[in-house]
Amino acid sequence: MKIKGTQLFVKALIEEGVDTLFAYPGGMAIDLFDALYGVKEFRVVLPRHEQGLVHAADGYARATGKTGVCLVTSGPGATNLVTGIATANFDSVPLVCFTGQVPTNLIGNDAFQEVDIVGICRSICKYAVTVRRREDLGRIIKEAFYIARTGKPGPVLVDLPKDIQLALGSDEYPKEVFMRSYKPSTSVHMGQLKKAADMLANAKRPLFLVGGGVNISHAGAAMTGLAEAMNVPVVTTIMGKGALPTDHPLYIGNMGMHGNVAANTAVSECDLLFSIGTRFNDRITGKISEFAKGAKIVHIDIDAASISRNIVVDVPIVADAREAIEKFAEIAKAPSHTGEWVERLQKLRAENPIRMSAAAAPLTPQDIIEGINRNFAEAIVTTDVGQNQMWTTQFLQLRGKSRLLTSGGLGTMGYGLPAAIGAKLGCPDMAVVSVSGDGGFQMNEQELATAVCEELPITVCILNNSYLGNVRQWQEMFFGGRYSCTCLEKRRSCGAWCSKPGAKCPPYVPDFVKLADTYGIEGIRVTKREDIDAAFARAKKNTNAPTIIEFIIEREADILPMVPGGNALSDMITEYKKEGK
Amino acid sequence: MAGERKRWISLYVENDVGVLAKIAGLFSGKSYNLSSLTVGETEDPTVSRMTISLVGDDKTFEQIKKQLNRSVEVIKVLDFTDLAIHKKEILYIKIHSLKKDEMEEIFRSAAVFGVTVCDYDRNSLILESLKTESKNSDVLRYYMKYYATRMEAVRGGSVAIESVSKNDR
Repeated sequence: MKIKGTQLFVKALIEEGVDTLFAYPGGMAIDLFDALYGVKEFRVVLPRHEQGLVHAADGYARATGKTGVCLVTSGPGATNLVTGIATANFDSVPLVCFTGQVPTNLIGNDAFQEVDIVGICRSICKYAVTVRRREDLGRIIKEAFYIARTGKPGPVLVDLPKDIQLALGSDEYPKEVFMRSYKPSTSVHMGQLKKAADMLANAKRPLFLVGGGVNISHAGAAMTGLAEAMNVPVVTTIMGKGALPTDHPLYIGNMGMHGNVAANTAVSECDLLFSIGTRFNDRITGKISEFAKGAKIVHIDIDAASISRNIVVDVPIVADAREAIEKFAEIAKAPSHTGEWVERLQKLRAENPIRMSAAAAPLTPQDIIEGINRNFAEAIVTTDVGQNQMWTTQFLQLRGKSRLLTSGGLGTMGYGLPAAIGAKLGCPDMAVVSVSGDGGFQMNEQELATAVCEELPITVCILNNSYLGNVRQWQEMFFGGRYSCTCLEKRRSCGAWCSKPGAKCPPYVPDFVKLADTYGIEGIRVTKREDIDAAFARAKKNTNAPTIIEFIIEREADILPMVPGGNALSDMITEYKKEGK
Repeated sequence: MAGERKRWISLYVENDVGVLAKIAGLFSGKSYNLSSLTVGETEDPTVSRMTISLVGDDKTFEQIKKQLNRSVEVIKVLDFTDLAIHKKEILYIKIHSLKKDEMEEIFRSAAVFGVTVCDYDRNSLILESLKTESKNSDVLRYYMKYYATRMEAVRGGSVAIESVSKNDR
């Protein structure tokens, strides 16, 4: 039977088992939306902005492990996806993004809402393609899903010109993929694993460094089992956090720029760094020449290009994290004398907890994140980027099915709220909490309407210090307190430049509690730690709508400890005395 | 940098729209230095083959090969750097406003250099040189010495293929 391209598109999504489509209509996608009308096999969700849309699909994918699917129109609809595609690409999130396109005979004519989105996205996605012939449509969609979810997962963009959407053609959707140019690695080199096993058996101060790859391949349980069997301590990157329960005795903490003292000391002092699923980016390594200086390094990663790029490793292993960990566990022998090393790190961890000074402020970010720990036994927590993200990664406890979703690689402000929407749509039975700063929240606050219309009970936490706090902190520490364009209260009438907050600062806009009101949802303002639990309790009562909790935090609160960019991990700032305080 | 030298890659890619842009973009986006890149169809019209030359150190070159390999459109990456290969580049030089004695000199020099005069009229001509890159550079340098203000040159970039195994001969 001959069917239209739009009908094959819908059939393809059904056959791929899609249950949620994130979609925003427009002129060059209107026929696709017409084909979607009445579809019962999956839900079509309408966000309020394409950036929010793609972050929601990303949050959905990270929370469920399934592929997030987006549909937008050509031109501005497509370009609004760009930040979200780059975000997903950097953190290896499987997405398939469909964009409408002008008819093939108009491509190149500067037609209305024409943009070369494939050209724009080429360097920020795993694969991008324009469908140029109706007979290729089914194969290309099939390949798109396959490419997105296999190997190192990532976003794929499929551009659909309007004439291809309308053309009649076969109703066959292929069952299998054959691509001579794309063969993701599926095996583990046992010889290399054996070498790594010998090194581990003979190590005196071995350490597992766990990155996001372990979470992507759902290898947390296997990783925990391996660490226990070997009695080897574990540190994580922020993307690897949660691979081991955070209260596990062998878990030393996050390492890197804002890692804890024990974790960064562990990396500096270990004699074998056994790293899995991390690409050693600059926020992780600090000064490269000082990184794990005395250690042999084993590196397991699914991406050959991530190995020996930043850090030269002794044993490279190209493999999926889960498969490698499971195979490794079969042949590994526990090193004999790690007891003292583990105890030393546990002692360091206990003696150097990350603590925010509570005396100075009635409410600290630590109080808030610990409030989340206390009030949600299991939750999916999303963050924005900046101080809110670092505080969350420092203080959040993850156990059971709890997950942290955060834009680790690209560092995208405005990610938190839409990602929470996607996560809740994908995991309706899990509590979902988003943590944002007042700056990042405003980048995608329009998605509150999506959460309301989808009747999603999300607890939206805004940590309001009226600053773009992370940059402000750097300006305070490294730029002599010159607060250049970081104060969000600053008005024209304040005068030229400003270096400190004071009693005369103008009121903050918007009023987030009143904003909640305009969306018909509950908004709560919390100014002291005693009120945290009550606020979360009220939020939990709103079972079919989001709740905003605005936490007014100290304006100049800092994230500590900190390894300033380019310093060695052993060179941490653990205390910072503010001038005049 | 350690081991900085000329490298050669032969790349098999899908003969699709945008693949050249993808490969070229990979070099520019990651700040890899590209010396030359040629592309054309192979015996299989669905496959294109690129010959890429670049100057780089061992570490960067390893990374380039890995990045090419991980591109979805790339079928195969061959490192020709240390293999016996045949490689040639085409060079055209057009020289005009020539006097008779200059014309004669060019015909003589062309015969010596093994360069073909492929087109001419009374006072201008075109030389065609099919040689390795460095020999073409020598040819070009010679004519630049005498005719720099009256000539234009265009080079094609090298095309390379692996030698037939000598053991089989």
